[in-house]
Amino acid sequence: MKTQSLISRSYIVPGQAQILLAKDRCLQWSSLSNSYERVRKEIIEANPDIIVYCSTQWISVLGYMVQGDPEVSGVHADHNWHELGSMDYTFKIDREFALTCADEITKLGHVCKAVQYRGFPIDTGTIVAQRLLNPDNRFASAMVSCCVYGDKAETMGIGRAITQALHLQNKKAVVVLVSNFSNHFFNKDVDPREDHIFSPKDDEWNKKMLGLLEKGALDEALAEVPNFAAQAKADMGFKGLWWLAGLYGSGNHFRGQVFDYQSVCGTGAAIVGLYPEKPVICEDAHAKSSSNHISSKAPEAVGPYPHARREGNLLFVSGIGPRVKGSKTIPGVELDAQGNVLTYDITVQTHSVFQNIKTILEECGSSLDKVVDCQVFLTNMKKDFATFNSVYREYFNSETGPTRTTVEVGSLPTPIAVELKVIARA
Amino acid sequence: MPIGKILAGVLAPHPPHLVYADKTPRNEAQGECGWENLRWGYEKCRANILAMKPDVFLIHTPHWQTQVGHHVLGLPHFSGISVDPIFPHIFRYNYDFNVDVDLSLNIADEAKKKGLISKVMRNPDFRVDYGAITSLHLMNPDWNIPVVVLSANNSPYCSFDKVELGEMNLLGEATYEAIKKSGKRVVLLASVTLSHRHFVKEPEIVEDMSKEHTYSHAQYIWDMRVLKLMKEGRCKELLDIFPQFIEETMSEVQAGSLNWMLHAMGIPNYPAEIHGYGTVIGTGNAVVEWKHEQAMGANA
Repeated sequence: MKTQSLISRSYIVPGQAQILLAKDRCLQWSSLSNSYERVRKEIIEANPDIIVYCSTQWISVLGYMVQGDPEVSGVHADHNWHELGSMDYTFKIDREFALTCADEITKLGHVCKAVQYRGFPIDTGTIVAQRLLNPDNRFASAMVSCCVYGDKAETMGIGRAITQALHLQNKKAVVVLVSNFSNHFFNKDVDPREDHIFSPKDDEWNKKMLGLLEKGALDEALAEVPNFAAQAKADMGFKGLWWLAGLYGSGNHFRGQVFDYQSVCGTGAAIVGLYPEKPVICEDAHAKSSSNHISSKAPEAVGPYPHARREGNLLFVSGIGPRVKGSKTIPGVELDAQGNVLTYDITVQTHSVFQNIKTILEECGSSLDKVVDCQVFLTNMKKDFATFNSVYREYFNSETGPTRTTVEVGSLPTPIAVELKVIARA
Repeated sequence: MPIGKILAGVLAPHPPHLVYADKTPRNEAQGECGWENLRWGYEKCRANILAMKPDVFLIHTPHWQTQVGHHVLGLPHFSGISVDPIFPHIFRYNYDFNVDVDLSLNIADEAKKKGLISKVMRNPDFRVDYGAITSLHLMNPDWNIPVVVLSANNSPYCSFDKVELGEMNLLGEATYEAIKKSGKRVVLLASVTLSHRHFVKEPEIVEDMSKEHTYSHAQYIWDMRVLKLMKEGRCKELLDIFPQFIEETMSEVQAGSLNWMLHAMGIPNYPAEIHGYGTVIGTGNAVVEWKHEQAMGANA
């Protein structure tokens, strides 16, 4: 297994035309431009084989796209800020790497096209980042689109696919996510010298997220993404952080550095460096075909088996009951001193089972909506089937839900009345 | 100088698939066939419109999204290649057209008088969006009539609410004022799709019509409800249901293009003519003509 890190560092940068074309109009934009320059020097020191860009301004809806044209050049005028002038650009694209990325994303079951068309529009964000970080094409580039419909599991999967491609191509990368933080724009012209974050609430949330990133608390930052998106209209739901988390791999954290935090036309524009604490390796190169997962959050297994096993693109989850990790009590079960069941509540138990399965799936980058088959074990079919079914309906339905088999068993290894075993898309 | 007038308003959706199937040499990708209901609808509408001999096509386009203000193209000539970032495999169109700059500037001025922010786009490197190109090609593939292109100040990055739709109404009124003063005979184009939920996978053959159908029955019912109101000349009611229509079908009318056009025409109370309805990758599209001059006479 490769021990050298596939990704030496990543950056979150804003992609506003003002930073490139109007930096002298105010201290904030000038500051961002200067911070970009510090990052540029760091990248030169890192000396990567490739810079991988993902910009929230390159939106795709029919799956994903990667730029496949080996030499992309042109002149671009921003649709909003055309009065600031034009941006010429050139990218030396590593086509072979792009095609490998497309293959890896396709293997996950998504549509992914390598685009190579004269005049294909390059988004402002990627151009700004390239002009400020890699103006002389010292390093080859890759660009991956941001699919508006990608959820957390899918977006993390795309990140993993990029790491897989780096592994297969034996490349060392610097990764650049072009994304705003809060994304409320002013809808009136504001004197650049008076530019400020759209609202105190946005500012508060930006600082909260930046604080977590600076601490390197990836898990906490990921947990806050939905709130950040809802409360501060984070750019594309801040799904870029999911993408980065997928690239870094499970269990990896980073040292964070906030280079700058300013506003551009009301949005939260920050430049953040994320330096992985342990080498980023391709878990998927080995794990994708076959790997076991032992959960850190779900109840301990009662035998020598993992919580889940990945085989190819499928995830097989072991039989899971309602127990809670680290607790001797079982939700929905009342025991006497000898451990005999006095009463039990099938509703409470079933909800707890679903919670445990959800936890395991999400730890593996999957989710309940990716479950394709479900086996149900009840200890008392006659008494519990109807109630179980009504709870089940809260999670799955016959239109979009998984296939299911339900059987009665004499007993289960612990004093529980229900256990589920699922297969999900990884 | 005679008083300018609106000859007609057209709901002119912009699925690039229609240009792809149209096999125009201007487009680098050419399909075999497909979406005939809509393309033949456009043909009928085009014949009517070109017979009116308009001086200008004036289009409001959702795919030119602007954050601050309503923008108009302000240079006399634009040419280049427009590549659809979502469907680049079917739309790479070489455009070359003239702009009625005087009317553009007048609209920007009138908008300012109404308290709106307006801007004139004078950057020669600007690439005209594929939506505008698609609708304009389908209305006039010869491109021998000048155009005015208005942006949609409805970026998805801004929260969308009734205030912005209200701005579109004002912009429509400002547009009408500018047209009257210009002395020009103008056709308005609202370049929007109706219901807008869509499939996220294409068939292997893009123009395989055996795979084309509405995204959902609910979405189809909504489109029919909207078209019925248009057909019956009940545009006030139509405007009233837009928020719900947008909410339930993600309709592209949220761009405000229809609000703009209907307000420019004083919210028509006469029947529109539906030339065609069809789906494109699941979205609902219709070509609809309001024969404004015919209905309004001297008040057009």
